[in-house]
Amino acid sequence: MNLNMTLVGELIAFIVFVIFCMKFVWPPLIGAIEARQATIADGLAASDRAAKELELAQEKATAQLKEAKAQAAEIIEAAKKREVLLVEEAAVKAQAEKEKILAAGHAEIETERNQAKEELRQQVAVLAVAGAEKILERSIDAAAHSDILDKLVAEL
Amino acid sequence: MASGAEITSQEYIKHHLQNLTVGEGFWAVHIDTLGWSIFLGIVFLYIFRSVAKKANTGVPGKLQCAVEMVVEFVDDSVKSTFHGKNPVIAPLALTIFVWVLLMNAMDWVPVDLIPRIFELFGVHYMKAVPTTDPNMTFALALGVFFLIIYYSIKVKGVSGFIKELTTQPFGHWSLYPVNFVLEMVTLLARPLSLALRLFGNLYAGELIFLLIATIGLFQLPVHFLWAAFHLLVIPLQAFIFMMLTILYLSLAHEDH
Repeated sequence: MNLNMTLVGELIAFIVFVIFCMKFVWPPLIGAIEARQATIADGLAASDRAAKELELAQEKATAQLKEAKAQAAEIIEAAKKREVLLVEEAAVKAQAEKEKILAAGHAEIETERNQAKEELRQQVAVLAVAGAEKILERSIDAAAHSDILDKLVAEL
Repeated sequence: MASGAEITSQEYIKHHLQNLTVGEGFWAVHIDTLGWSIFLGIVFLYIFRSVAKKANTGVPGKLQCAVEMVVEFVDDSVKSTFHGKNPVIAPLALTIFVWVLLMNAMDWVPVDLIPRIFELFGVHYMKAVPTTDPNMTFALALGVFFLIIYYSIKVKGVSGFIKELTTQPFGHWSLYPVNFVLEMVTLLARPLSLALRLFGNLYAGELIFLLIATIGLFQLPVHFLWAAFHLLVIPLQAFIFMMLTILYLSLAHEDH
């Protein structure tokens, strides 16, 4: 253990090194480290935020999809209702048409029947005259006895 | 070994523990200690400064990564112990850690390599591990000691510092001298223990290396084992020196 001037020399070297380190080495290094740490922290925070935003967007999309589905169902429901309504309306119309046609048919039948009746009457008159002619075995003047014949026809 | 070899091995060890000295007595200077320590200090500062100059905040290179790991390790150690604000302590701790580590690491260089090389140039004494020289370790410890005193006075004032030295641990005024003696022992023990711990560990390590070098053929595996053991000792001693420096300086900042 021989302490001597070396100690003083080393002490000076030590002080110089520490001062150099303090002035030129430590601040830029720790600055760079801390700046990078801040950058990384920011990046992590940003990614967190992005993940949260994505989740929100997904939720929103799901909600919108649900809403769209509900709307579609509503539209379909309305269309179905309208369909039923149309069918009913058509049925009513068809009924009316049917009645109208039926009525027309009835009317035609009635007319035809009347016509047939008339014709029958005419023919019966002729037959009656013919019958009477045979019975009387003499000709009867149709024009002179037309009033009797007309009365007969009206009775039929 | 032959009987004459006993003396040679003694001489060998003695020779290897001799510093390259210029001057006499107190004015002597150990050129090897001074040279190697300053060389290693400059290596440390050159590497760190070159990284610091190019330091970017983006993706770091490999050397920058390594340097930043050391810086962050020191920064964490400082922050875990010292809670005040002081621009000196962290760079001081970094300097101590890396410098002492590099100086200790010279212990890994085979004990004869550097002395042999220097012998070729006619230099007969060469101790390449600066921390095996008490001058080196005491210089570091004294530097720390001055800072302890400086910050004690700066933070607490002269009266506060004196009060701290005299009013503890016994509160009565008649026991103040006793307190003062106790506190002075505590205060002075700090640099002394710092210096002697580092010196003792490295000196002993170096001595064992030298002893191993004298045992002949089997020295190679034994050298290897001892060097492997020093994988623990060398960084540990550097770390302890740094940690205690931070601790002592944070104690100096504490106001009672």
